[in-house]
Amino acid sequence: MRIVETESLNVRLGGNLVLRDVCFSIRRGEIVTLVGPNGSGKSTLLRVIIGALVPTSGLVRRKEGLRIGYVPQRLHIDPTLPMTVKRFQGLPRKVGEKAAKEALEVAGIPELAERQMTRLSGGQFQRVLLARALLDKPELLILDEATQGLDQPGSAEFYRQVEDVRRRLGCAVLMVSHDLHVVMSASDRVVCLNGHVCCEGEPEHVASAPEYRALFGEGTQGALALYRHHHSHSQGRNEADDRSEAAE
Amino acid sequence: MLDDFLVRAALAGLGVAIAAAPLGCFVVWRRMAYFGDATAHAAILGVAISLGLSISIFAGVLVASVAMALTVSTLSGRGYAMDTLLGVLAHSALAFGLVGVSFLSGIRIDLMAYLFGDILAVRPFDLAVIWAGAALVLGLIGWRWSALLTATLNPDLAYSAGLDPKREEMVLVLSLALVIAVAIKVVGVLLIAAMLIIPAAAARPFSRTPEAMTFIAAAIGSISALGGLQAAYSFNTPTGPTIVSLAAILFALSAVMSALRAAPR
Repeated sequence: MRIVETESLNVRLGGNLVLRDVCFSIRRGEIVTLVGPNGSGKSTLLRVIIGALVPTSGLVRRKEGLRIGYVPQRLHIDPTLPMTVKRFQGLPRKVGEKAAKEALEVAGIPELAERQMTRLSGGQFQRVLLARALLDKPELLILDEATQGLDQPGSAEFYRQVEDVRRRLGCAVLMVSHDLHVVMSASDRVVCLNGHVCCEGEPEHVASAPEYRALFGEGTQGALALYRHHHSHSQGRNEADDRSEAAE
Repeated sequence: MLDDFLVRAALAGLGVAIAAAPLGCFVVWRRMAYFGDATAHAAILGVAISLGLSISIFAGVLVASVAMALTVSTLSGRGYAMDTLLGVLAHSALAFGLVGVSFLSGIRIDLMAYLFGDILAVRPFDLAVIWAGAALVLGLIGWRWSALLTATLNPDLAYSAGLDPKREEMVLVLSLALVIAVAIKVVGVLLIAAMLIIPAAAARPFSRTPEAMTFIAAAIGSISALGGLQAAYSFNTPTGPTIVSLAAILFALSAVMSALRAAPR
């Protein structure tokens, strides 16, 4: 069952067509990763899905009453705003003492409940954001480059947690990530975005494609290849659709 | 009891201090200090309009403040440099207001009363307006508290929870206009922003949560209002400025205490 679906989505921001003709969907319990160069519209697509942006044209369908847990790319907390971890967890909906405590224990940071948010390290901060997003028992967890600023072991640990969360809650996960090796192991489906959906499919399928090697090769050559990357997109997408249909 | 002008003044000061506390905190957290200033300066234009049309000052000021607040929040995020825009609007409103009042030659108007407040002249009816306004603001902010806090932290976080941060901002902006309209009698147009910001800023070092900061700000604001009233009576100084001066002294004390606490021993 599809919990979010977009149809012929076009989004224009400040005169630029950031997303064009994007058809995207995510099913219950699925882990989908968005990849793509900077400015390819990944965050824009996420913001359309959470309802922060209204598309210029096209449709967004969400399952009725869909509960979304959102972990933003960056969360700046103004130093004038006092905020303990515990208080932050109860926003916007109050949660019980016990549930809040459990969430921090699951996240492996039970000792931080009384700590000020502005005093947390990058890794602790991300764990708190994730713990808060999970408190509402989301059906869809959205992570926007949630491991930015974490080191390699830190982000690996973070994604292990995400997988664990999916196992326990059975929620779908939609994430934007640059940690490509992690993407490969953790996702059911990878969607490559570059203003439109370039290609999508199971990680193994995408990995074996020559485009993928061009995209995600080592070092700067790979990065450059990402920008030069042009191929027949519609074909790739149909193929992926067929595959996922067959998988059901 | 309400027959005593000092009792009325004290109650008026308390009402404004308590209503201003949560709003002042949001003004500080969201870095809207200039916004508060602009809305307050529009109030003098409201005074001119009310006197010209012979309507209640409260109504005129409320309309002018709401109009200014809506104008600013509509224009914000449309590519204007915000501080410039606010500077233009705030002082234009003040200037037009002052010019407008000068046309009203028939009546002798003590403009100082509107610029700096005249808390000792608060009548029982004013008191009712102040407390009704304060209750309305506290009710609104209390009702939207969690949503407002979430939207203040991060708009996208609010959207993902099914909230509309723009609507929450509107609640804040309208409450701000309301507090300014009721506070004009107490501290005057020029010092309202001070009553919003100073207690909140002074409360920050002693607060661990947003709620604590709001309550401490309300306490500091109340102490300033009552103490300022007392001091103005003893030293025969203008009341509004005395209240704000006391708030400023409390802020300085809070800053020193927090610096001492942070210093290595």
